[in-house]
Amino acid sequence: MNHAIITVNDLNLWYGQSQALKHITMEIPEKSITALIGPSGCGKSTFLKTLNRMNDLIPTVKITGEVRYGGENIFESEVNALRKEVGMVFQKPNPFPMSIYDNIAYGPRTHGIKSKAKLDEIVERSLRDAAIWDEVKDRLKKNAIGLSGGQQQRLCIARALAVEPKVLLMDEPTSALDPISTSRIEELAMELKEKYTIVIVTHNMQQAVRISDFTAFFLLGELVEFGETEEMFSQPKDQRTEDYITGRFG
Amino acid sequence: MKHKTKSLEHIIHGIFLILGLITVGCVLLISVYLILSGLPAILEVGIADFLFGSSWEPSAAEPEYGILPFILTSIYGTAGAIIIGVPIGFLTAVYLAKMAPKKVKAVIQQAVSMLAGIPSVVYGLVGMIVLVPGIRKLFGIPDGSGLLAAIIVLAIMILPSIIKMSVTALEAVPKEFEDASLALGATPEETYFRVSVPAAKSGIAASVVLGVGRAIGEAMAVMMVAGNVPNMPDSIFQSVRFLTTAVASEMAYSVPGSLHRNALFSIALVLFLFIMLINATLNFFLKGDRTK
Amino acid sequence: MSTKRKIFRWAVRIGMGLATGITAALTLFLVGYVLIKGFPNISWELLSTSPSYISERIGILPDILNTVYIVIATLIIVIPLGVGAAIYLTEYAASKKLVGIIEYAAEALSGIPSIIYGLVGMLIFSNNMGTSLLAGALTLVIMNLPTIMRNTQESLKTVPQSYREGAFGLGAGKWRVIRTVVLPGCLDGVITGCILSVGRILGESAALLYTAGFAHVAYGFFDGLTQSGSTLTVALYVYAKERGEFGVAFAIASILMVLAFLINLSASMISKHHQRRNAA
Repeated sequence: MNHAIITVNDLNLWYGQSQALKHITMEIPEKSITALIGPSGCGKSTFLKTLNRMNDLIPTVKITGEVRYGGENIFESEVNALRKEVGMVFQKPNPFPMSIYDNIAYGPRTHGIKSKAKLDEIVERSLRDAAIWDEVKDRLKKNAIGLSGGQQQRLCIARALAVEPKVLLMDEPTSALDPISTSRIEELAMELKEKYTIVIVTHNMQQAVRISDFTAFFLLGELVEFGETEEMFSQPKDQRTEDYITGRFG
Repeated sequence: MKHKTKSLEHIIHGIFLILGLITVGCVLLISVYLILSGLPAILEVGIADFLFGSSWEPSAAEPEYGILPFILTSIYGTAGAIIIGVPIGFLTAVYLAKMAPKKVKAVIQQAVSMLAGIPSVVYGLVGMIVLVPGIRKLFGIPDGSGLLAAIIVLAIMILPSIIKMSVTALEAVPKEFEDASLALGATPEETYFRVSVPAAKSGIAASVVLGVGRAIGEAMAVMMVAGNVPNMPDSIFQSVRFLTTAVASEMAYSVPGSLHRNALFSIALVLFLFIMLINATLNFFLKGDRTK
Repeated sequence: MSTKRKIFRWAVRIGMGLATGITAALTLFLVGYVLIKGFPNISWELLSTSPSYISERIGILPDILNTVYIVIATLIIVIPLGVGAAIYLTEYAASKKLVGIIEYAAEALSGIPSIIYGLVGMLIFSNNMGTSLLAGALTLVIMNLPTIMRNTQESLKTVPQSYREGAFGLGAGKWRVIRTVVLPGCLDGVITGCILSVGRILGESAALLYTAGFAHVAYGFFDGLTQSGSTLTVALYVYAKERGEFGVAFAIASILMVLAFLINLSASMISKHHQRRNAA
């Protein structure tokens, strides 16, 4: 197992009165793909959003326990600096209503990069890394809303890459896409793990098998099992995991 | 650096909080100013004599400050406008929301918006030139300006509020209700009046209350057609003065600091209380709609 | 069908037809009458000169200028306040109770009659800075605050939450998210609010009589703000009621009517554009 980039220690999370995450403890290995699976409402998306504190946007959330990134407890560090290191791609593609160029440059500009030459370079590199450069290089000044759903999602990945994160959180990034766009995103994810750590929430078990190195199975807010994907899908240790992956519930 | 951006965010948050609270501040400011400047004269004249005194003669040798004529005129005038305006507005709204062909609906709605956009002085002007002489000739009285003219002008002025709000309420009635009624063999007309109208009743009631608010608060149009003499409103042809016009018409020549001017502020305070009461009623009806 | 039901059906139809007919006829009459009485009285001299008692000339140039000044001054002040309040309500406010109080206050403000605004404006502004266009504009700011706030708020609600999430996810601070992603999305609402406010300012008289006054002298913008002056609507009232100059009054009324029509037109065009964009 690679060296852990994020360590989670006894994490609990409540939405108002109801507890959505219970005593989660796990280590997320660097430069690999970790898939989070489980039935709807099991807490996997909540967990993902905790990793870059997107849950902060919801007023009633209460969190105990710790999540360490680079040795620092993320709940004590500055949230915007954390989100620069730990980027996010959302379930539905959410390009801003601006040009393709401005979408990609948004993050770098946020973090203080003003030089046009530098921005040009970042935009090109990010779009290349997200495997969308060839499709959009002639219309960088066009509004991003005009792209197809699959292109929009790769644009959003490029936008996340532009701030040079270490970790990329993906919240069911292909659930709104057609099969062809889905496989392109999957291929992209597998290439990206050379440089980045990826944590992906997915509903699609085949997808978890196809692309992930490690899998975490969540049920009712608990982390039931966590291990290498191959092992987990061939010989699950927990009965509940077996029931889920063989399709007995969920 | 990190610290700096954080405190900057705090400052910005604070600025927006202040901006958010400005509306509350304005309401408080208006209330406090009206109470502070309106109360002294009421206390000096005596609350009963002020509210129920039937004679307003601020410049007589023994001045009298009774505002009952204004209160009654405002109530009668508003009631009259509602009696004429609501049936017209309501029936127009049902037609627009439920029966009108698309094009007719678009044209009439544009016309209603136009009616809403006409300044009140223009209503007053047309009232002075057309309505007042018309009433004089029709009823053979020496002066056409008075309560009736004001009622007619107000009735027209409240039409847009009533129509717009009722149309919105009627359009929000789920189509399933109406389909169910039609499927039982009711005619469209029966369906709209026995199913849609009851379903939209809070919205329609709110539109009437809104109309009351508009009518009781209107000053300039009324000032131009009501004759503006502080009489008790004994007949609909009587030349009368409303709460609003009582304030507007004497403000220019009352002496600052005098009891006379302070009494004008007191009239404004009474008007303000009426309006607050109407607002609370309006809110009641709108909340009822939301919780349903 | 029973006779009773038939009677009901026809009574309802006739009632609705009559009511709608009355509404339409009234509008047509009002607009037509004012335009027919007003247009012949509009002349270049009327529009381009100041009134003079000595040469017995009536010109409404000062009133036109005052109207423009007061609209500009009001909007300059009310837009930041109203938009800021709306941003606080949709982007910052965490307490439901506080949001409720602020919205209630806005509703209360929009229900207060203009004569009361005029009175309070006189007490707060004119008594301290003199009867002036600026005092009038400040009074109008309070009146129009709810309009700008409401419209901005409505359009802020249509900015997808995913835009905000996307920007926060890139590590943008709240203020940057608002500035770059949220505000551009609410431009429609601000413009609609402004158009409605301009309409209200053009039609306003009771709130201005004792705050901005009714002088008819032409000044430049900054001098004008410190001077008493009447807008077109106030001038209409003065010419009709105090001076019996009905020709001039109708000329002004027809100008106001045309402006009101243009304002309605642009407001409905913007809302159509907005609906189309949201549907796409």
